Order: sequence, then C-alpha cells, then structure tokens
Amino acid sequence: MLKIGDVLLVSIQVELEDQVVLELQDDLAARIVDSGASGVVIDITAVEIVDSFVGRMLATTAAISRMLDAQTVVVGMRPAVAITLVELGLSLGGVRTALTLEKGLEILARRDDSRPAQL
Amino acid sequence: MPEQDTCTRLVELLTAEQESLGAAWVEAVSRTLRGRISLAELDRELRELYAALVEGLRGGGLDWRGDAFGEVRALLAELSRTRARQGFTPTETATSVLAGKDVLAPSEDTSAGDVRAYLHLSKLIDALGLFTLEVYAKTREEIISAQAEQLMELSTPVVKLWEGVVAVPLVGTLDSARTQVVMEKLLQALVDTGSDQAIIDITGVPAVDTEVAQHLLKTVVAARLMGAECIISGIRPQIAQTIVALGIQFGDIVTKSSLADALKHALRRGDAAVVRPGGRA
Repeated sequence: MLKIGDVLLVSIQVELEDQVVLELQDDLAARIVDSGASGVVIDITAVEIVDSFVGRMLATTAAISRMLDAQTVVVGMRPAVAITLVELGLSLGGVRTALTLEKGLEILARRDDSRPAQL
Repeated sequence: MPEQDTCTRLVELLTAEQESLGAAWVEAVSRTLRGRISLAELDRELRELYAALVEGLRGGGLDWRGDAFGEVRALLAELSRTRARQGFTPTETATSVLAGKDVLAPSEDTSAGDVRAYLHLSKLIDALGLFTLEVYAKTREEIISAQAEQLMELSTPVVKLWEGVVAVPLVGTLDSARTQVVMEKLLQALVDTGSDQAIIDITGVPAVDTEVAQHLLKTVVAARLMGAECIISGIRPQIAQTIVALGIQFGDIVTKSSLADALKHALRRGDAAVVRPGGRA
C-alpha cells in the first residue's frame, strides 16, 4: 500500500482469495484513518479471475472508504473481469472506475480541485 | 455361397473387364454432371475409386467399415468434400457412387450365383453411397458454420472516432451470441486504445426487444466497470416508441438520436481537445 500525496494506492498483484480480501479491507480502513488520505485507488490490472465474493468486497471496501471520507476508484479492470461481474449481476454501484491508474488519479485530483492532490 | 467366395467372384468379375466397366461408370457419371467437371479429372477419380474398391473386396469381405476399405472411404470422403465445395447437389454427388451399380447390373444370361454376388455388391455400394452423403452433409455444415463465424467477425467492427472515443456501429439483428462478441470486442478496444468514451450505434438494428435491451445494458454496465462511459446512439423514432412501450428502463445511460450528437456529447464529456481549423480550442 503506497501513499502518494493524500491518495492511497493499493495494487493487487496476487490472485484474490477470500482471506486476502478480508485482510486487505482491514488494513485499508486502518491506513485511511492513520494517514488521513482523501482518496483510494485500487489497481486490479493483474487480477484475471473474480468471483461474486470478491466483487461484493470491492463494493463494500469502497463504501467503507467513503464512510472514512476517502473516495475509492477501481482502475485497470480487464474486459473478462468486467464481463464476469456483469454476468454475476454485480454492477458495483457507487464505485468509481477508471481505465488506467493515471486516469484514476485524475478523477481524484479533479474531485477536490480546491485541495488538489499533491502528486 | 459363403462371403469369401462372393468376394472372389466379384473381384474376378470386376477385374476381368476393368477397362470397359470403368469407362462405363465414368460415362454414366459424366452424363449426370453435364460437363461441370472435366472428363479427365472424373476419369482419374473414378478409376482410383474402382481400383480401391477391387482391392477392398480382395482384402476382406463385404463390410465397408472394415480396414480393407479404408482407402475407398478416404477417396470417397475426398470426392464428396470437393463436390460439396464446388456446389454440386447431394443427388449428383451420390450418383457418382451409385452409378457404379448399373455397370455391373446382371443381364438375362447371368448365372444365379453371379446375381447373388451382384446383390452383395449392390448393398456394399449403397452403404458407400450413404457414407458419401454423410460426408457431403458434414462438409456443408462446416461451410455454414465457417460462414457464420466470418459474418460475426465482419459485422462487429469497433472504430476509433476520436482520441479517447470508440464506436461500434451495430448492423443486423442482435442475439446473445453476437452481443457477447460485441461486448468483448468493445471492452478490448477500450483497453487497447485507452478510450474512456464508447458509443454504441444501433442505427442498423431493425428491432429492439427486451432481450436486446438487456444485452445493451449489460454491455454498458461492463464498460462502466472498466471506467468508460457509454452512449447509445442511432435510436429511431419507432425504436424509441417500442422501448417506452415495453417499459425498458435505460436509467442514467445517455441516449442520442444520431451518431453525430453522441460524438459531440462524448467529446464534451471527455474534455478532449477539439482544435478547430482556426486554431482555437
């Protein structure tokens, strides 16, 4: 978990198992509070397989972050993953998404122009 | 008469007059094909087949599935496939084989034993004829499925309209298989071009029902998950009426009546730099 300005960058490089996702959620919530981050970017470029559990956890993670006043952007979702989620009926309502990490950071920077993310 | 003797007798009969019988066969077949295949080629094909048939009989029994008839089956499959590709009818294809029966047809002064042998041969040739038709049908099916695949490929291009904007002009009826292809291609194009605006143009879609709408919505949601926004354009008046009458909710998906409007909208939303010829942005 990296911190860039007041954005937390979570890059997922391993296959998402249920336990890993739960730990990630805990860690992330703790880090947001500790660092006072205002944005979270979850990079799932390396993720090739998702199931309904992971899909739901992405949504809840985003909701938790929002509660802690940090907006979450999920970036780099592969086409196959997107299709799977749609077929599972998960549209991840309330989660912002972006094609690339760069665009994800842009969204966060644009959101609080008054307090631009110091990149 | 035991099978072995029948075979021996048939081989005798067939080899004794191989030249004239072969010629008669070629002659009979060429009449039905009416010169759409060159005589030399036909002659070569049938004579090979004839020789293989005699070899098969000599080699073992009257079972066309046996090893001895492997050569015959291979030749027939080849012949049948070529015919199917060249557009000959099933009858014409089958006749090529079945005409072989006529050349050996017994006359009044044929002995009873030979007539029985002929009946066995006739059965054998019938089976081979059926085999030919089977291969013919299979080849046709292969051609059809290959064409369906090509059509699928052809009918779903994803075009890049602008920096950051891609479009899929949909033409023809949408079913689940096609929508799946469209969805995959569109999403892949989003990744490849790094576009975050996608336009789905349904000008060429003749009718929209709940199923098609469902497919469209899925595509839009999948694109959103990847971080791209979709616009549906090319909605004709009748289609708009149908959609409303069916009670389909497009929710917050942007719909435009023409591709031009959609592009304008996409550019505005994507903050793309539109440089006019005058130099002003």
